[in-house]
Amino acid sequence: MTYARDVVALARKDLLLELRARETLPAMVLFVLATLVAFRFALPAGGSERASIGLLWVAILFTALLGLTRAFVPEREQRVLDGLVLSPVDRSAIWVGKVTATLAFLVAAELVALPAYALFFERLSWETVAAVALADVGICTVGALLAAMAAAGRARELLFPLLFLPLALPILVGGVGAAVTDTPARYLGFLGLYDAVFAILAWASFEYVVTE
Amino acid sequence: MSTWSRNRGGIAVAVAAATVLVAGAALALLWAPEDADQGPSQRIFYLHVPIALTAYACFGWAAWKALRLLWTGEQRHDLESYTAVHMGTIFGSLTLVTGSIWAKTSWGVWWSWGEQQLVLFLVLFLFYAAYFMLRFSLADGPARGRISAVYALFGVVLIPISFLAIRLAENFIHPVVFTRDGPQMSGDMFFTFCVCLAGTLLLAGALYLNELTGKRLDVRLRELREALELG
Amino acid sequence: MIRGRGLERRFGAKRVLRGLDLDVARGAFVVVTGANGSGKTTLLRLVAGLAAPTAGELAVDADRAELGYLGHEPLVYRELTALENLALYARLYRVPESRERIGMLLERFGLWDVRNERSGTYSRGMLQRLALCRALLHDPTLLLLDEPFSGLDAEGAELLDRELLERRGHATFLVATHDPVRLSPLATGAVPL
Repeated sequence: MTYARDVVALARKDLLLELRARETLPAMVLFVLATLVAFRFALPAGGSERASIGLLWVAILFTALLGLTRAFVPEREQRVLDGLVLSPVDRSAIWVGKVTATLAFLVAAELVALPAYALFFERLSWETVAAVALADVGICTVGALLAAMAAAGRARELLFPLLFLPLALPILVGGVGAAVTDTPARYLGFLGLYDAVFAILAWASFEYVVTE
Repeated sequence: MSTWSRNRGGIAVAVAAATVLVAGAALALLWAPEDADQGPSQRIFYLHVPIALTAYACFGWAAWKALRLLWTGEQRHDLESYTAVHMGTIFGSLTLVTGSIWAKTSWGVWWSWGEQQLVLFLVLFLFYAAYFMLRFSLADGPARGRISAVYALFGVVLIPISFLAIRLAENFIHPVVFTRDGPQMSGDMFFTFCVCLAGTLLLAGALYLNELTGKRLDVRLRELREALELG
Repeated sequence: MIRGRGLERRFGAKRVLRGLDLDVARGAFVVVTGANGSGKTTLLRLVAGLAAPTAGELAVDADRAELGYLGHEPLVYRELTALENLALYARLYRVPESRERIGMLLERFGLWDVRNERSGTYSRGMLQRLALCRALLHDPTLLLLDEPFSGLDAEGAELLDRELLERRGHATFLVATHDPVRLSPLATGAVPL
């Protein structure tokens, strides 16, 4: 119970920071819209209609990348992370709080992106919406941990995408597969498996990333 | 002294590796029966598959050492895990090269997305190349060891997940055109394969020990230099 | 309270502490002295549990909830106000009656009037005062203070003097400073590095 309240306090703090600075979310929304428009021109007429769903997934992944890169910047700058690590809070709660906050930003950006996709390209199937929801969890669980790693080093903005993309490829497979194949349940199940496996791993290992 | 005795172990492994590899090459080229379908080009199998399995072994060893580091906090595991990733990346790159050559000789193309193992190695190559980027961006110290270790652990989890993903992607990326039949190996072929695998694993072991000695010497040298500067 | 044997901490080839023995009794006020780069901060980070020694043994008889740490950085979010920062930490430390406690501390350290301003707009001395509020918020029984007087003006330093005097004996202190003279009336022991 205290664990949940710690998580809420930490996530609320991130939302408050975003409300103050208004940096991340507007950037994510504008980016995903600009990307979708760019894809409209990148897709020649007569090409496969199925290709556009792949572009949607690439757009989601890159938008998440944009938000996650900065996820731990407030903590790593001026070492505020030390303050959180010193407090009697379970270290994994810091990670869960960050996952919650980044998830909120990503979902907010998608609330704009998905209708825009439906408007610009084609109607969304319920499978895609379900896949996006499942993928968001995986993206943020893995992304928050990798962001904490990348933020510890130099050149985090360059490093984070390199760490993130190879790990995110399975998400792409699950998402696209759920939309274009006859057996979406298999792909949704795979996304669920991905979420579970990496959530457990990240939950267990986060402490080691933020302590020395 | 301790460095020298460790190094002697490394030399013994290197000699064993050379012996078994020569034997394996002789068996593969001269003794193993020719594959009925693919002809002589199939013999690259005795090189390609052991190298791929060795790369997995290196990544697994790296993850094991990473786990040991997080568990015990002993710093030597960091260098061992790092060296294992280093070896894994070398053998992984060789897997890509030999796999590509095999694809060319079998089907006339240098790259095939239908070849799941190769695609997996491409993903792993990207993942472990980023390991080095991560490591080099972090300041030398215990924090670097821990973060690298967590990343190495993610690697061994990513291997089966990616493998599953690549299998699932088959259904919508490309229809499977080429199938390379499973190990319908005769007893002679299997024996040759095992000798080649043992040789490659020994080679990786020898390279690992050698590299580890070098990296340890490097650390020791920097320590001594530091001590000298302090006076 | 704190017992260290053969403590060592290295960063790659660089060894910051080597073979340090440390004993701090409950209620003691121990001053850590030494030149820049001698490992004062490293020692405090080890005791705080922010870093683990690369060799040696360290036992600290206080869990994280009882530990107050003041580092080089104030460990507050620059985009949040003093009040918001302290409210967050009060939540994380499960401080009872936190509003009163926060108000009292802000009052005492002369930050009450600026409590609703972003801490990013604070001067160096004000940030240090806020950092002290943060470190003292949960009434810790073990205080690890790294150069507590840095950045403080004369008035702030006097406030801190009074605070330390008041708590001396109730809490255990490990204080790193390059100016041991100021703390010599309080100190019960010293660790030269």
